[in-house]
Amino acid sequence: MIAALLGADSFTGAVPTNIAFAIVAAMMIFAAIRVVTTRNVVHAALYLVLVLGGVGINFLLLQAEFVAITQFLVYVGAIVVLFLFGIMLTKAPLGVSDDLDNRKQRPIAAIVGLLMLAVLSFALIKTWTDQKVPFRLSAATNTTELSDSIFSTYLIPFEVVSVLLLAALIGAIVLARKD
Amino acid sequence: MIGLQLAYWQETILRIVIGLAALLGLTGAVVYLYLFKFVSFMQSRLGPMEAGPYGSLQLLAEVGKWLQKEDVFTERADRFVFAASPFVVILSTFMLFVVVPGGPGDEVAHMSNSLLYALAISAISVLGILMAGWSSANKYALLGGLRAAGQLVAYELPMILAVVGVVIQAGTLNLQEIVAAQSSGGIFGWGGIGNPYILTQFVGFIVFLIAMQAELTQTPFDMPVAESELVAGYMVEYTGIRFLVYFIAEFATAVGFSAIAATLFLGGWGLPESWGIGRGAMHVIGPLVVIVKAVLLTGVVFWVRFTFPRFREDQLQRLAWKFLIPISLANIVVTAVLKVVF
Repeated sequence: MIAALLGADSFTGAVPTNIAFAIVAAMMIFAAIRVVTTRNVVHAALYLVLVLGGVGINFLLLQAEFVAITQFLVYVGAIVVLFLFGIMLTKAPLGVSDDLDNRKQRPIAAIVGLLMLAVLSFALIKTWTDQKVPFRLSAATNTTELSDSIFSTYLIPFEVVSVLLLAALIGAIVLARKD
Repeated sequence: MIGLQLAYWQETILRIVIGLAALLGLTGAVVYLYLFKFVSFMQSRLGPMEAGPYGSLQLLAEVGKWLQKEDVFTERADRFVFAASPFVVILSTFMLFVVVPGGPGDEVAHMSNSLLYALAISAISVLGILMAGWSSANKYALLGGLRAAGQLVAYELPMILAVVGVVIQAGTLNLQEIVAAQSSGGIFGWGGIGNPYILTQFVGFIVFLIAMQAELTQTPFDMPVAESELVAGYMVEYTGIRFLVYFIAEFATAVGFSAIAATLFLGGWGLPESWGIGRGAMHVIGPLVVIVKAVLLTGVVFWVRFTFPRFREDQLQRLAWKFLIPISLANIVVTAVLKVVF
């Protein structure tokens, strides 16, 4: 079967995508568990890169190219870099930090995690029970569609988010200023 | 094209080999041309002359030397992160190379938003540099890594904003279509040289070049590796093959960014459509055209590198946030208004 897959003369469909998804998803689950279990704070941030990068690859597999690139640009290229920057600017501990693991909060974390899983599964199942999303082979028109829907259907949420970000920006300046 | 049918995996391997050959070949050429010879002539000396005719095999000798050296780890280093970081940086560089178009439909990896992809993927190298700075267990390396991260994040903004002008004018995020728009365009109806965007987007071009210089951490923006303050910054503990990988990444990224700049502002592989050169010929001429443009732009990078003294850290940040970003924002506004008017 692998020979048949590799021998396919172009990217033809859902089977290789599903296999690739399984590999990426396994990597993401492993990395996500390591983010919370590792005792080294920089390693946790680096495992987070694997998780967020995996999300990006999954977007690519769904032919959502623009979203995938944005995922890389924003999460891997900016947010994790700022995490690492913050860690290294303050302490930069090499090796294991013992105070990183908080055992008392584990049950609460488990409950929150399960609740999250329940809510997300419910939302997904409720929305997509009978529908099948057609498999897309081309990402050519995607960006146009996306920008059209952002700037027409979802214009108000988009503007609200912009105002929220502006407020956060001004708030950060107010907090950081000494006078 | 020539009736050759390849399986998907064969084609993929071929593409990777072509991408690697382009990366290593161009890097070698640029190192010899500029780092060995250009700077030597600027300083009234000959540069390497012994290995090969005019020292052209000097680089191979250097590579041989680096490959033989011991792979040293500092005692407290985080071994895995330390070992992996050069490869994160070179991977980001390689993935930048693969989208540069070299002819009609000729690119190593097809992306419909290839410009955005190039800008996003080049940002991954910051991660490798931070990993190197932290895992070396060395204060100089940590400071260098932090400086590099601060600088690279700051200069990514003017770089992306400078490109927006081109995107507005071409109306696409695809590098191939940007090349086509420049090749088929005209200056007030005269199509003799097409419409390279360096003419209409001159401000964007200059901002892009300055931001590029900073992204490459070349002088005058080389605080992350400032030898008089930080020895060699984040690279201070690297030896042997890992240093070699960093060395290749540094120069390959210079060529990669220059190729992107050449594609955006100088017309890329395209020659003006009015010259009437056929599609088949462009498969051969195109790669040569884009390589010549990219290598010449890399020459500008090294010309500046060997000419200017280093900025101070605060001057660097001020230049990005108070000068380049406002200018590129103004450029976007003007371009958008003109686009609507015409």
